[in-house]
Amino acid sequence: MSNIDRRDFLKILGVGAIVGIWGGSFFEIVNKRELEASIGSYKKAPEALQAKKWAMVIDIKKLNKKIINDCIEICHSIHNVPTIANPKEEIKWIWEEKFKNVFPEIKDQYLSYELMEMPVLVLCNHCDNPPCVRVCPTKATFKRKDGIVMMDMHRCIGCRFCMAGCPYGARSFNWRDPRQYIKNENKEFPFRMKGVVEKCTFCYERLARGLPPACVEVSQGAIVFGDIENPESAVRKILSTNLAIRRKPKLGTNPSVYYLL
Amino acid sequence: MLELSLKGSPRYWGWLFFLAILIGAGFLTYLYQFQVGLGITGMSRDVSWGLYIGQFTFLVGVAASAVTIVLPYYLHNYKKYGRIAVIGEFLAVSSILMCILFIFVDLGQPTRILNVILHPTPSSIMFYDMIVLNVYLILNLLCGWVILMSEKKGAPPPSWIKPFLYIAILWAPSIHIVTAFLYQGLPGRDYWMTAIMAAKFLSSAFASGPSLLVILSMLIRKFTNFDPGKEAIQTLAKTSAYFLVVTILFYLFEVFTAFYSGISSHQYPIIYLFKGLDGYSKLVPVMSICILLAVIGALILVTPPLRKWEVTLTIGAASTFLCMWLEKGITLVVGGFIPNPFGSVFEYWPTLPETIITIGVWALGFFVLTILYKIASSVKEKAIFDKYGEKQIKA
Repeated sequence: MSNIDRRDFLKILGVGAIVGIWGGSFFEIVNKRELEASIGSYKKAPEALQAKKWAMVIDIKKLNKKIINDCIEICHSIHNVPTIANPKEEIKWIWEEKFKNVFPEIKDQYLSYELMEMPVLVLCNHCDNPPCVRVCPTKATFKRKDGIVMMDMHRCIGCRFCMAGCPYGARSFNWRDPRQYIKNENKEFPFRMKGVVEKCTFCYERLARGLPPACVEVSQGAIVFGDIENPESAVRKILSTNLAIRRKPKLGTNPSVYYLL
Repeated sequence: MLELSLKGSPRYWGWLFFLAILIGAGFLTYLYQFQVGLGITGMSRDVSWGLYIGQFTFLVGVAASAVTIVLPYYLHNYKKYGRIAVIGEFLAVSSILMCILFIFVDLGQPTRILNVILHPTPSSIMFYDMIVLNVYLILNLLCGWVILMSEKKGAPPPSWIKPFLYIAILWAPSIHIVTAFLYQGLPGRDYWMTAIMAAKFLSSAFASGPSLLVILSMLIRKFTNFDPGKEAIQTLAKTSAYFLVVTILFYLFEVFTAFYSGISSHQYPIIYLFKGLDGYSKLVPVMSICILLAVIGALILVTPPLRKWEVTLTIGAASTFLCMWLEKGITLVVGGFIPNPFGSVFEYWPTLPETIITIGVWALGFFVLTILYKIASSVKEKAIFDKYGEKQIKA
């Protein structure tokens, strides 16, 4: 019994190592189930804004330089989005692009020059069928029941598959530690670390406190936000009486951000 | 058998030492990347994958190409490959090792890599890629090692290994198909979103792998007493030749579809790579060299006298390998990101640290490959061959 030779000893060591490594992760998986089950019992604050499916309508005609800059400024400052001058490492949640570049399928040399050059706000489209969620290997990006495409920056491994998957260029990667690029930090919202992907989250943290997304608040009516599943909502009323367009509809992603011309 | 790798000539140790220096340089540079972040690479918000993922993609192909030896040998009893089956299997082992390392160095948060297992996500192709790559690594290590072991003992291989051999044959294409699916299922990346991607991946793999094996076989013959056999090398070269031609055709099909259909979004990446777009043309020289190498490789490997003369054969095999490396290892990945979703071009070029890390990973792969080949050639040198170069298994 006690005659363990070298071969047996190494075998025991090997088996022990395997059990040690994999047993631990198995335990975590089992534990995780319990954890996820308990999440369902969390209560939302009574003032929280809720919806079956959040959507946004951006009226391009109502946008001007000031509104656009206000939207970008408020979003990036409250979410601690770093200001990086180098376009290679830029991080942006909401930003300005020319109409012709946002809607290349409508681009036409005979349409008015003003329209083609018109500034448009772009952000994550919170697609109903999001490719980024499909491709993420760790569920670090996921779709909430209310349609918001969320990011778990603590789970993200930084593989950037979601950035390749997103056809809208909505995602940014922290190529370096972002803290050095943040001038006035908002202590109420977490920083990101280097090596993770981030993007607009429809201000989930404000919705939970009963506030609309920050860009909507400063847009002077150019951006309307609401529950698209509710026929009485403002977004739904606009969509039923106006022709609204979405970015790259043929890709089947079904964006929740609409644009009015 | 590992002990066989400990006895070698000064040249063997010198080569390993040289590789160790490259590995060390790569490792130190990786520590720098780990500290600062992936900002030290040439990758950007627009071109978010670069050299690392390109190498990964290319090497999956090299790994899969072991099947071009193993299949004729085990399924069709092509005896000439008996001597080099293990050479193919060990190349697959070291290639997969490099693949895994290239994924690792590309991660922004490498310490969280186990999240892929802790939070398994079957909707992600990456999940399947992880499975197929790891299984393929184990299969090849197992098959190569067990068969070499029995060869060393002078006994026929154990019968239990047979199912694994057949599984490995079926498994090989899967690793490259799944890797192609990483790309071809992404909406909005027109250069990648084509059903021929997986087919082209396989064909280019079966061109690049055998061409590398031709070169490796000739090196083994030069530096050891083990001869992989002239005929085996010639058959490898033929395999490489025809798959190179098929790959070129597949690429031309793609060009036809993009340009005859007139759909501009499909044309832009191709225009960028071959001509330059909006005044940006960093990859045009790369693509031009690629075309030149493809023509040289195809002409030499398809023409029998040029393929048989070993000087031209070496040039042809090297051209084929380099051509496929430039196509898959650099331009395929970068081309997919250009132009960006807003139609503008942001170019990519690897930085020096990124290149050193890449060389370090390659060096590590060749370090492992050298040791595995050293073991294989030591065993093979002692095995008894008949005058046709086929092994005689003692009853």
